[in-house]
Amino acid sequence: MLEIATPETVMFWALAPLSVLAALGMLVVKKAVHSAILLAFVMVTLAIFYIAQGAIFLGVVQIVVYTGAVMMLFLFILMLVGVDASDSLIETIKGLRWIAITAALGFGGLIITLIARATLGRTPVGLEFANSGGNVEGIAMLLFSDYVLPFEVISALLITAALGAMVLAHHQRTNRRPSQREQAIARFRTGSLSDAAGLPGPGVYALHNAVDVPALLPDGTPAPTSISATLKARGDVIESAQFQLDVVDPTVKEEK
Amino acid sequence: MTNAELISQDLGWLIVVKALLVFIICVVSTLLAVWTERRVLAKMQLRTGPNRVGPFGLIQSLADGVKLALKEDIIPAAADKVVFIAAPIIATSMCFMAFAVIPMTGKVSLFGQETAMQLTDLSVGVLYILAVTSIGVYGIVLAGWSSGSTYPLLGGLRASAQVVSYEIAMGLSLVAVFIYAGSMSTSEIVASQHVNYWNAVVLFPSFVIFVISMVGETNRAPFDLAEAEGELVGGFHTEYSSLKFALFFLAEYVNIVAVSALAATLFLGGYHAPPGLGFTEGWLGGWFTIVWFFLKVNLFFFIFMWLRASLPRLRYDQFMKFGWKVLIPASLIWILVVATLRILQQEGASRTTIIAFTFGLILLGLAISSLFERSKKRSEEALVESSAPDFPVPSLPGVSSFNVSGKSGGAHE
Repeated sequence: MLEIATPETVMFWALAPLSVLAALGMLVVKKAVHSAILLAFVMVTLAIFYIAQGAIFLGVVQIVVYTGAVMMLFLFILMLVGVDASDSLIETIKGLRWIAITAALGFGGLIITLIARATLGRTPVGLEFANSGGNVEGIAMLLFSDYVLPFEVISALLITAALGAMVLAHHQRTNRRPSQREQAIARFRTGSLSDAAGLPGPGVYALHNAVDVPALLPDGTPAPTSISATLKARGDVIESAQFQLDVVDPTVKEEK
Repeated sequence: MTNAELISQDLGWLIVVKALLVFIICVVSTLLAVWTERRVLAKMQLRTGPNRVGPFGLIQSLADGVKLALKEDIIPAAADKVVFIAAPIIATSMCFMAFAVIPMTGKVSLFGQETAMQLTDLSVGVLYILAVTSIGVYGIVLAGWSSGSTYPLLGGLRASAQVVSYEIAMGLSLVAVFIYAGSMSTSEIVASQHVNYWNAVVLFPSFVIFVISMVGETNRAPFDLAEAEGELVGGFHTEYSSLKFALFFLAEYVNIVAVSALAATLFLGGYHAPPGLGFTEGWLGGWFTIVWFFLKVNLFFFIFMWLRASLPRLRYDQFMKFGWKVLIPASLIWILVVATLRILQQEGASRTTIIAFTFGLILLGLAISSLFERSKKRSEEALVESSAPDFPVPSLPGVSSFNVSGKSGGAHE
């Protein structure tokens, strides 16, 4: 029977159910971002378990690499779908479900075989022996001696994948991008001088200071250039006339 | 006895007391940091700054904090409620956790127990700080996403891209420190600097890269693109109000203090006194070292304020280009140099070999930089105007006359 220190047991029974719940929740929640957050949570709890069991380097690197970098990039992409979007459950590729189930079973089998090969019929040397020269030093020793070739091959594979993705996503500009200087000169050349210092900002000061209301010009007419073209095209523009003061009250004096 | 051995003997109640102390130090230093920043910025801009509440306006930030907490708490209708509430909690708690591995004093006695003012000592302490700050980014990103509006989303996206990119530069700048100190534990890095020179001197390029990337990592001016008020209103915290906003505010300042503390620990000898003042370390039963520590932290904090007062915000693409094309390659080359020198030293190479190698590298660097300068000059020459353009311009070097008549006849025809 394995002997477990008390604080570790308490931590295990506090975090393990949460971790399992989060892993199950990841499969059933509707929004993709919620799923990603739950996955990040599972990763962090796993890292805490690693640290509690003495694999401190593995735990910290798991958080830095998986939670901090990989999951963050996933989240980065998912965020672009917006807060209201839910995943559609329509299969776009025929038989996708069966392919996925087969792949999952295959992967599970592979993992189980690997673990079985590593543990069955062998006596483990124990963590004290593995960590005898220090946890970080032990990992470094293995990585740079026995596993240096697999490690380099995997890194070459990853770099190839990254380069491939960049080549696939790359597009060349058909014309050169104008520099800031050229843009400034063009602004003076083509537009009127009144626009040269930038277009007027939207909103009627102190009455309705929002992006969907055109600013008022000194003569009281709305300035159409103060509204973003996108809002105009969407039809999300409010009349600024309703915020216009009909008569300026002459009794109000500006405080000096 | 080393710090690590001292800390491993801590009793349960002492750990709780130290955790509480670390928390108090973080909160109080935030309150003081806000006040200091406002006063120093004011001095730099020839103003007075807050001077009404308390002596010298010292408790102004406390008053502001109370005001913030009493404001109406609004959750937008379009927001994702659970994530919206969780985001500031994640951001704040992670900043506090980073402080756990920072050694603030040497051997001191606390309530009759011999210990050191460091909550815990990990063999991968510096990586642990990188790990918790990378989780802290989740707070910002999720805040941006869950607000359900455009500006926060853009701010959140910017923040995540920025922190992920600058964390690479920061991590690479730390590699040279690890190689030189032979450890990733904060207390051992401090100890190795006590024996040798400070890392800021020996590993100067790493120090510069770290200081630049720590400004990028904490979203501060001139790298505060995630909350660029001219473009994004408030960035990721546009929709936040009341206590939740206060939490983000707290997180930002604790983060600044944490990275400043990390910089002081890794590059300026941590809690040790500057060379020549070593006799002060015994004062107040060893507690005087905390003064040196916070002096160093404040030096970095002052750099933050100075940058904010003097530099305009960078454009987003320039900022990203700087991170990926300047900082990361520069630190990679520097790591190669440090590793080579380290190996030469360990293999017992003669002093002449090491010096020849160093000078060879310096010559190579100078040659490359002079070639680079030459190519730059040529492109600048092409831009100089021979005559005035056909619109009013201020007086420029190389422009012969002013042509304000509106008639054509400039260099751009």
